[in-house]
Amino acid sequence: MMRFMLLFSRQGKLRLQKWYTATAERDKKKMVRELMQIVLARKPKMCSFLEWRDLKIVYKRYASLYFCCAVEEHDNELITLEVIHRFVELLDKYFGSVCELDIIFNFEKAYFILDEFLMGGEIQDTSKKSVLKAIEQADILQEEDESPRSVLEEMGLA
Amino acid sequence: MALKIVKGSIDRMFDKNLQDLVRGIRNHKDDEAKYISTCIDEIKQELKQDNIAVKANAVCKLTYLQMLGYDVSWAAFNIVEVMSSSKFTYKRIGYLAASQCFHESTDVIMLTTNQIRKDLSSPNQYDTGVALTGLSCFVTPDLARDLANDIMTLMSHTKPYIRKKAVLIMYKVFLKYPESLRPAFPRLKEKLEDPDPGVQSAAVNVICELARRNPKNYLSLAPLFFKLMTSSTNNWVLIKIIKLFGALTPLEPRLGKKLIEPLTNLIHSTSAMSLLYECVNTVIAVLISLSSGMPNHSASIQLCVQKLRILIEDSDQNLKYLGLLAMSKILKTHPKSVQSHKDLILQCLDDKDESIRLRALDLLYGMVSKKNLMEIVKKLMLHVDKAEGTTYRDELLTKIIDICSQSNYQYITNFEWYISILVELTRLEGTRHGHLIASQMLDVAIRVKAIRVFAVAQMATLLDNAHLLTGNMQRNGICEVLYAAAWICGEFSEHLENPLQTLEAMLRPKVATLPGHIQAVYVQNAAKLFATVLQSQKDNTDGTTAQETSQLMIDRLPLFVQSANLEVQERASCILQLVKYIQKLQQKEVEVAEEVIALFAGELNPVAPKAQKKVPIPEGLDLDAWINEPPSESESEDEQPKAIFTKEEPKHSRPRHTEVDEKELARRREARKQEQANNPFYIKASPSSQKVYQDTPGVEHIPVVQIDLSVPLKVPGLPMSDQYVKLEEERRQKERADKKKKEKKKKKEKRSGRGKKHDSGPESEEDITPAHMVDIVTEEMPENALPSDEDDKDPNDPHKALDIDLDKPLADSEKLPVRSHRPTEVQKSPDGDAVSTLQEAKRSIKEKKEKKKDKERDRKVRFAFKCHLLSNRISARYASSMTKTSHLKVFNDSYLSFAFGRRAKKRRRRKNTNMKKRGWIYSGISQTSPSSNLKDPVYDIQGNLQDGSQVVVSVIFENKCDSFLKSMEFNVLDSLNSKLQRPEGAGAHDGLTVPFQLPPGVSNEARFVFTVQSIVMPQKLKGTLTFIVKNEDSSTHEKLDFKLHFTCTSYLITTPCYSDAFAKLLESGDLKGSSVKLEGINMPFHHLLARICFHHHFSVVERVDSCASMYSRSIQGHHVCLLVKTSNQTVSIDAKCDEPALLGNVLDEIKQTFSECDCVHG
Repeated sequence: MMRFMLLFSRQGKLRLQKWYTATAERDKKKMVRELMQIVLARKPKMCSFLEWRDLKIVYKRYASLYFCCAVEEHDNELITLEVIHRFVELLDKYFGSVCELDIIFNFEKAYFILDEFLMGGEIQDTSKKSVLKAIEQADILQEEDESPRSVLEEMGLA
Repeated sequence: MALKIVKGSIDRMFDKNLQDLVRGIRNHKDDEAKYISTCIDEIKQELKQDNIAVKANAVCKLTYLQMLGYDVSWAAFNIVEVMSSSKFTYKRIGYLAASQCFHESTDVIMLTTNQIRKDLSSPNQYDTGVALTGLSCFVTPDLARDLANDIMTLMSHTKPYIRKKAVLIMYKVFLKYPESLRPAFPRLKEKLEDPDPGVQSAAVNVICELARRNPKNYLSLAPLFFKLMTSSTNNWVLIKIIKLFGALTPLEPRLGKKLIEPLTNLIHSTSAMSLLYECVNTVIAVLISLSSGMPNHSASIQLCVQKLRILIEDSDQNLKYLGLLAMSKILKTHPKSVQSHKDLILQCLDDKDESIRLRALDLLYGMVSKKNLMEIVKKLMLHVDKAEGTTYRDELLTKIIDICSQSNYQYITNFEWYISILVELTRLEGTRHGHLIASQMLDVAIRVKAIRVFAVAQMATLLDNAHLLTGNMQRNGICEVLYAAAWICGEFSEHLENPLQTLEAMLRPKVATLPGHIQAVYVQNAAKLFATVLQSQKDNTDGTTAQETSQLMIDRLPLFVQSANLEVQERASCILQLVKYIQKLQQKEVEVAEEVIALFAGELNPVAPKAQKKVPIPEGLDLDAWINEPPSESESEDEQPKAIFTKEEPKHSRPRHTEVDEKELARRREARKQEQANNPFYIKASPSSQKVYQDTPGVEHIPVVQIDLSVPLKVPGLPMSDQYVKLEEERRQKERADKKKKEKKKKKEKRSGRGKKHDSGPESEEDITPAHMVDIVTEEMPENALPSDEDDKDPNDPHKALDIDLDKPLADSEKLPVRSHRPTEVQKSPDGDAVSTLQEAKRSIKEKKEKKKDKERDRKVRFAFKCHLLSNRISARYASSMTKTSHLKVFNDSYLSFAFGRRAKKRRRRKNTNMKKRGWIYSGISQTSPSSNLKDPVYDIQGNLQDGSQVVVSVIFENKCDSFLKSMEFNVLDSLNSKLQRPEGAGAHDGLTVPFQLPPGVSNEARFVFTVQSIVMPQKLKGTLTFIVKNEDSSTHEKLDFKLHFTCTSYLITTPCYSDAFAKLLESGDLKGSSVKLEGINMPFHHLLARICFHHHFSVVERVDSCASMYSRSIQGHHVCLLVKTSNQTVSIDAKCDEPALLGNVLDEIKQTFSECDCVHG
């Protein structure tokens, strides 16, 4: 089971964090800081895995963003890399060639996509299509919420 | 109204949205903190508005700030508000915020139960989905218990989208509420064969996680999984299933055998590396679990090793790393198969990636044998020289030592070589592991007697060149080696070639710069050396050398007497006095050598580290009992210097160098052997070494190989261990040649006989004989030592609770809790019962509180549970929920209960208010009520936060009699202040029809909305319930009178408040004060606080010793602040509120609570 996923920039700015086990805020901060330091210090030619505390860390860099997952001892590192890659593909499809700024400015969307893809630290759907479809549907629903009321209606003048 | 909306929208236009916030933060790089704090202030303003869109926007921004590391827990309540919005847009944001910010101790979580339940059953699948996703992040044991049944139902939802989410979240539910596993498992199992692949893979995921923790309960699923494995083409699912099998096989070897074939097929056929890797891992696990040495599996091992070799040779660093990782697993059971790839592993030591090098090092540890140890270590030493960065070099150093010392130096054939390696390692710059090297030197010198001569010579060289080690202050770590060197030279000084020179080296002024514990060892061992020098000069009639040595000691020791370190000082002064005395005797030409050497007589045997722990305590011995009167506490213990090794034991009084004749020696040896044979901790020598042992006359006479003179022993700074590799090679060749000769002879002799074929393959392990016989002394253990330590499993592992037998049929008692109104028992004596429910209520407050206390003993305690009400006749307990439509969550099965009349029928009444503000009301139903029929009403009153003038009362009606009740009408006599809301067009005195009928034994709930004008005064409303009791033969009209008591406390809402905000509030000066004193309260302070929190909806802001500040807010926004102090059973409460009348009433109610509690106590 995945314990958490972090996205951070090369400058060490956290862009996304998802914790699949209840963790105290203070511990979260400490772990994030510690991990960012370790991962950012690694050279580009190094492998994507490292053992840290009782967890296995799997990370990969895409452009300026590091995607970093912590999985349990028995988990498969390669499939975790695959998960990261799949998530990046989903972001890419959704935003259309995604960049760091997309995630910064639409961070809630990034979370929604992640939540459709992973749940409770497990892969929810192995099909890219169905994840994207679910997001699309939910977005349509959201637009329906917002669009039918014209500006005037919203102002209470209609 | 329209104006209000317009105003809201205009405000909204000027509000920052998330994008603005992000942009703003990026534009304020220099004063980010300041900018964000103004943003937070704005957000606080936005949260105060009624417009849900504005709130959602604010919550969204807070979620972003939370990610940046800002504390947003103060907005937990607002998050709940946004979660409960009916619009998906906002709900989505609310749940996202909750999943990011909530954790188990977030107290508002308990208020979300009903909202989540509602969302789970929403007709819109995305509402349900969003609730499930959120819940998966913040589910608590309470939520899990309350919602388990709802989620289980969702596992059979028509939409696969919901099903798969429900299946996945069940795992979290199981972890939090293990009782749900058995009832839910059959359905979970069904999902393995769900038509939707997503749902199927979700079920596989969950069962795989469960089975990994407690495999034995899932063995019965093996056939099903086997079918899935052979039919599925989805690699994600396959990986999980294969992993699951990996967990199952250790329990069922037959399964393992069955698995090998499909797994090897997969290994051959798959192109997905992740799947290949998983298969290889599982095959390894299977083979480990099968009894080793099954010949037909060697092919599988070979296949795995081959595939792993391909991985390791791959240019992808990730595959290389994983290949090495998996290789090390094979190594444990099949070392031979891995050892043949030594070349590859050694290559990996040159990899540019440090983590790969470390993995390779791990592998090497398991790959060494007697044959290749020297070669491997030689390679490693080269790497030590090349290594950049101290971390990796230190890692190499520890690995070298680990590799050499593993299994009691099993693979070392030449200890001289090992000592040389250790000495070479001391030249490492900046290593932190001086300690480790030192303890190895000591260990080897003490336990390998044959090596002492060599070791002592090396250590003497080290001491002589100590300046090379200590020259650089940064190399401090390494000077620990000198500790070992000094001790070895002192203890085994009889082997020293030139003890006087070493003594001189140990007394150099430079020594005084070493750390204290090392100096102490220097001083002590200088004395030993001194004794040895005297001894060696014994037969020298001249006596000048002896006297010069004494003078040397007397000259140099004062330096140490002045040492700041007590240990050094004390030892030095003792020894100085001793030497001075000896000098006097020497001047009188008295023979002293024998007596001086006797000071250090006796052998030091190594004691196992655990020896002390293993000494069994004799019966009847109580080590904790005082032998005499306990001393006063001021006595302090002497400071002990840190000992570098724990093997020292009190010296025997047996003189060390007494001349013993051969017979005596033989006798002693016999006796020792006997002793060793009886000692279970003594490793018996292997037959071959025993033979040699018997041949040699004694330890002292063990032949030591002549050291090649070309080895520059005395020149530090040059590596010398290499020489041994060459020597060893030559020696082995010679040995081999000898052997061959012998074999040839044998062959010749035997040829005429059976003509047996001899294996002429490469020399095997056993063929390599050690360069010199070593007697590795085992560490001593006490007699009767208790063997083996038991390794405990982690008692905190949450998965332990899931070790549940799933094959047993379900019992009725195991059904998941389904939400229903809890039945009240028929109560005979109202008074007695009120007391008992009250006590139960109290007990559970206590339990709750204690649980909490454990968690956050010193932290702020905030209580989110509330409302407990009592009158002398009635007791009730409520909890409240936050939602508009749903009822309260009730903590406890004791509702307000009354019984009256002869027929003991009951009605229960519970009142529930809308969103946010809640409170409770007394209900008093007079016993003189004319109604002799029916029912026990239970009600709960809740304020509505969104509308400060509304209170919702929800009442549970329960029919306890045998008759059918119908046509119930609920009516309350309105007061000026409080009015029952009636449908439009109804008269002011019309009753409200209760929209249901009650068959016998059934309960149901109805809600009634009241409008309240002023909340500053408590009030009682009289009411009547009329109904028709229908029997088979007759029907009668009955009436029941009751009173609803709206206390002031019931208008208060527990609102968390931070101390800074609290202080601001008090400073503002808008509040008016009042105070009250409670006498004779003898309960712990935290109970007192809990009681106020619980009964009166306060939360603790801050607590210091016996003083606490508390806060609450009324539905109309009045702030109520309390300062509670206690001393000697007197509790004084100073209170401030912007509404004095409200405050007065609240204080009165608090007072009443405590007087009633005391009554009950009494």
